[in-house]
Amino acid sequence: MNMTEETKDMRVVNQAVPKVDAEALVTGKAVYTNDLAPSDCLIVKIIRSPHAHALIKDINTARAEAVPGIECILTYKDCPDKRFTLAGQTYPEASPYDRLILDQRMRFVGDAAAIVAGTSEEAVKKAVKLVKIKYEVLEPVLDFRTAKDNPILVHPEDNWKSLCPVGADNKRNLCAHDVSESGDIEAVLADCDYVIDRVYHTKANQQAMMETFRTYTYLDAYGRLNVVSSTQVPFHVRRILANALDIPKSKVRVIKPRIGGGFGAKQTAVSEVYPALVTWKTGKPAKIIFTREESLTASSPRHEMEMHVRLGADKEGHIRGIDLYTLSNTGAFGEHGPTTVGLSGHKSIPLYGKAEAFRFTYDVVYTNVMSAGAYRGYGATQGIFAVESAVNELAQILDMDPTVLREMNMVREGDVMPAYYGETAESCALDRCLARAKEMIGWDEKYPCRDMGNGKVRGVGVAMAMQGSGISSVDTGSVAIKVNDDGFYSLMIGATDMGTGCDTILSQMAAECLDCDMKDIIVHGVDTDTSPYDCGSYASSTTYVTGMAVVRTCEALIAKICERGAVYLGCSVDEVEFNGAEVVNLKTGESITRKEIGNRVMCFNNEALSASEAFSSPTSPPPFMAGIAEVEIDKETGVVEMVDYAAVVDCGTVVNPSLARVQTEGGIAQGIGMALFEDVVYSPKGKNYSNSFMQYKIPSRLDVGNIRVEFESSYEPTGPFGAKSIGEIVINTPSPAISNAVQNAVGVIVRELPITAEKVYKGMRDKAENR
Amino acid sequence: MEIQFTLNKKQVTAEVGADTVLLGVLRDLGCKSVKCGCETTNCGLCTVWIDGKSRLSCSVLAAGIDGHEVTTLEGVEEEAAEFGRFLAAEGGEQCGFCSPGFIMNVLAMKRELDDPDLEEIKEYLAGNLCRCTGYMSQLRAIQKYMTLQNENSGKEAQV
Repeated sequence: MNMTEETKDMRVVNQAVPKVDAEALVTGKAVYTNDLAPSDCLIVKIIRSPHAHALIKDINTARAEAVPGIECILTYKDCPDKRFTLAGQTYPEASPYDRLILDQRMRFVGDAAAIVAGTSEEAVKKAVKLVKIKYEVLEPVLDFRTAKDNPILVHPEDNWKSLCPVGADNKRNLCAHDVSESGDIEAVLADCDYVIDRVYHTKANQQAMMETFRTYTYLDAYGRLNVVSSTQVPFHVRRILANALDIPKSKVRVIKPRIGGGFGAKQTAVSEVYPALVTWKTGKPAKIIFTREESLTASSPRHEMEMHVRLGADKEGHIRGIDLYTLSNTGAFGEHGPTTVGLSGHKSIPLYGKAEAFRFTYDVVYTNVMSAGAYRGYGATQGIFAVESAVNELAQILDMDPTVLREMNMVREGDVMPAYYGETAESCALDRCLARAKEMIGWDEKYPCRDMGNGKVRGVGVAMAMQGSGISSVDTGSVAIKVNDDGFYSLMIGATDMGTGCDTILSQMAAECLDCDMKDIIVHGVDTDTSPYDCGSYASSTTYVTGMAVVRTCEALIAKICERGAVYLGCSVDEVEFNGAEVVNLKTGESITRKEIGNRVMCFNNEALSASEAFSSPTSPPPFMAGIAEVEIDKETGVVEMVDYAAVVDCGTVVNPSLARVQTEGGIAQGIGMALFEDVVYSPKGKNYSNSFMQYKIPSRLDVGNIRVEFESSYEPTGPFGAKSIGEIVINTPSPAISNAVQNAVGVIVRELPITAEKVYKGMRDKAENR
Repeated sequence: MEIQFTLNKKQVTAEVGADTVLLGVLRDLGCKSVKCGCETTNCGLCTVWIDGKSRLSCSVLAAGIDGHEVTTLEGVEEEAAEFGRFLAAEGGEQCGFCSPGFIMNVLAMKRELDDPDLEEIKEYLAGNLCRCTGYMSQLRAIQKYMTLQNENSGKEAQV
C-alpha cells in the first residue's frame, strides 16, 4: 500500500503538533514526582554495601536510632523472605524471582544493606553514618566470562525461582540459556568462500535520564499504599510492590506524574520498594530521591555483552549464513536478563533475510556487579553492533563498498524473516532508507575517506538497524474514552508518557478518528485505580499497540454516539452519521450536536456514553533504518570527532514528524555516547568508578556533530494509520556506523566499545609497526 | 543563620546553615522549576541568575547570596513561555526536566551575546546537558527565536 495515498487526507495525524504538556514543562511548573511530594514526607536513604560479595553478620542500629528525627531503620530482618523481580514485565515474568527488598547477602558494591528514614535530610545522613554493619567478605565473581559454572554462586539460595522456561539455573550462575536455528549452519559455513569469525564486546551503559529514580508513598483513607513514582510501568509496579511487601495487589495504587526521562531505566522498579516499605511499616508518608551517584551505581544499565559472530558469504558477497553466540552479563540480579539477550540475535540476523541458515545461541550469567536492566534497544543495540561490524569486515575482505554489500543482502518488503520468529516484513522501506542516507551524506564522493591535509582524515561508515513494535502476543494496551458535558472527551490511558509524547500522539490519533480538534480531548494517565490497563511504555509498544487501542476505542465510541444521537433524533441508527460535530439524520437532514448529546446523557439516561477497547498483536512489525556517520580522526592522537550523521528511518506512517525527529536525534546522540565514550568501569574489587557525570560522561552539544534525520515511510497494515515504532531503533546504528567510519578512515577496527582515542591510536600504531 | 535576598523581585528571608546550598533553599521557597540533576556541577539543570549572571545553584552556598538578587524561571515566566513556544514547536522540550535550566541559560545568552553564530551558541550552552533530544531541535528553536528577536528589535529601531 502506498503511504502517501493512505495518509494524505489526515488532519491531525502526521502533523507536527506541539506536545500537550509543553507549556507546563517550558515554564518549569511543579509537575514531577519531587515537586509534588508532601513536605512532611519522611526522607528515605539506603545504606549500601562497600563489598562486591559479602554476608551481613551484624547490624547495630542503636546509636543511629538515637539521632533526633529518626523514624525507623530497617534491615533484612524486617522484610518478607519471599523473592520477586523488579523487572517491569508482563506476568509471568521471564526475569527470575531473585530479589528481596533487603537481603543478608550483598551481591555488588552498592547493594542495599539497610534503610534509614527520618524527618530531615540532615538527621538521616547523620544516622546513616552511625549504623554499624559487620560483613563477612566473600570472594566475588567479577569476570562474566568465568561466571558460568563458577564455584562461587551469586544466588545460592533455595528460594530463588524462575517462572518461565528460559534455561535459568542459579546453581550454575545462569540466568538464561537458549539455542535457536534454521537450516544447517555448519554445512553452509563450511561451503562459504569467506567466513568472518570475530568477537565483539559492548559495555554496560547508563540511561542517564536527567531525572534520577524517585518515588513517594503514603497511605490513603482506605489504608491503601499510594505510590507516586517516576516509572514507565505503573501497572507492573503495582504487582512488584504487592509481591515485595507480600500484600494483596488491591492494597496498592500507583500514580505516574510527569517523568524526566526513562529510556528503559524506569522499566525496573529501582526506587519504589524502599519508601513503600517505610510507609507500610510506619503508616507515614515517605520519599526517596536517588542521588546521581546512586543512579549510576545501583540502578539498571544496559547489559554488557560479548558476541561471537561467524558470518559466511560467497565471493560475490552473498551472505549465506550467520552464527551468533551472545554472552550477556546480567550482574547481581536477573532483571531483563533472559529477554534482552534474545534481541541481540532476533533483531540483528533478520536484517540479512536472504541467508540460507542461521544459529543463535546465548548464555546470560550472574556476576557481582550492579544488576543490568532495560535500556533503549534492549539487546538489539548490542547484537546490531556485532552483526553490522562483521558485515563491514566482510566488505573489507571482499574489497566491496559496504553499502553495495548491504544492497545485495538486505531484507526487503515481503521477505520472510526466519530469525525474526518467522514473521514476514509486511512493511519495509529499508532499501529506500539506505539509498536516501547515501544521498544525504554524499557517500559516493566521500567513501571511504578524505585526507583533510591538516593531520586529520575524515571517513564515512554505514549501518542498518531494526527493532520491533511491542512484544508480540504479550503487550496489551487499552484506553477508555468518555463523552462529557458540552461533548468534550476524556481519553484515559495506561501508557506512560515519560517525555516522549505519547499523551500527545495518542490524542492526535483520537482527534483524527473522532473528527474533532485536539482541544476537544483531555488526556489522563496514569493512575492504576482509574486508568485502563496498559503494560506500560517499553519495547517500542506505545504508538503501535496503544495506538491501535485508541483506534478501536474510537470506533466503538462513534457507534455509541450514533446510537444516542438516533434516539434523540427519534430515528433508526441506520439512518444517521456522525461527522465529529453532530449526528445527522441522512434522510431528513435533522441533526443533534455532540455538545447537546454530551449534556443530554447526563439527564435521565441509562447508558454511559463511553467506550474502552484493548489491543494486542500476534506480530511485532519492525521499523527499519539506515545510519551513516562521518567522523574526523586526528592521525597524531586518535581522537575521533563527529562531523555529520545522516539517518533515515522507516517507522511506517510518522504520527508526529517533529516528535519522531527528536526521538531519532536523541537516540542517535545516545548512540554516539555509547560508541565513543560511555563506559561503566569497575575496579578489580568491583567498585564502580563511573559514579558521576565527571567519570561517566554523556554527550554535550559539542560532542554530537550535526545530526540530520529524514523519514522514508512504508505503510504497516496492522498499525494505527500505518504506523510502527520509533523509540528504540534510533539508538542502534551509531556504534557500528561510527566504527565503520573509523575503519574506513584509518583502517583500524575497534571491536570493543567505546571507540576511545587510545584504542584508535594503538590500532594505528600497531598497523604502522606491522607494515 | 538568617539570610535576606531578592528572589524574583521580591524580598525573602531564609534560615540556612553554613553548608546549605542555594538549590534546596530556592525549592523550599517554592521555586520548583529549579532541578537537581547531578550534584557535581556537570548538567546545568539548576541554572539560575545571581545578579543577572547564570550560575549553578547546586554549587553556590546560600549564605553567600545574602543581599543579592536571584532570578529563577518563575521570575521570567512570560519570556520563558515565549521561547518555550519555539522549543515546543520543534519538540525540543521532550521530558522537560532540563528545560528550566536550559531556558535560563538561553535567556542569559540573549542578553549577553549579540547575534551569536551556531558555534557560539553551542559553546555558550555546552554546560546544559540534555539526554532526550540530541540538541538539534534546541538549536533550531534558538535560531528561529533569535531571528524573530532580531527582526523585532530591528522594527523597534526603525520606529
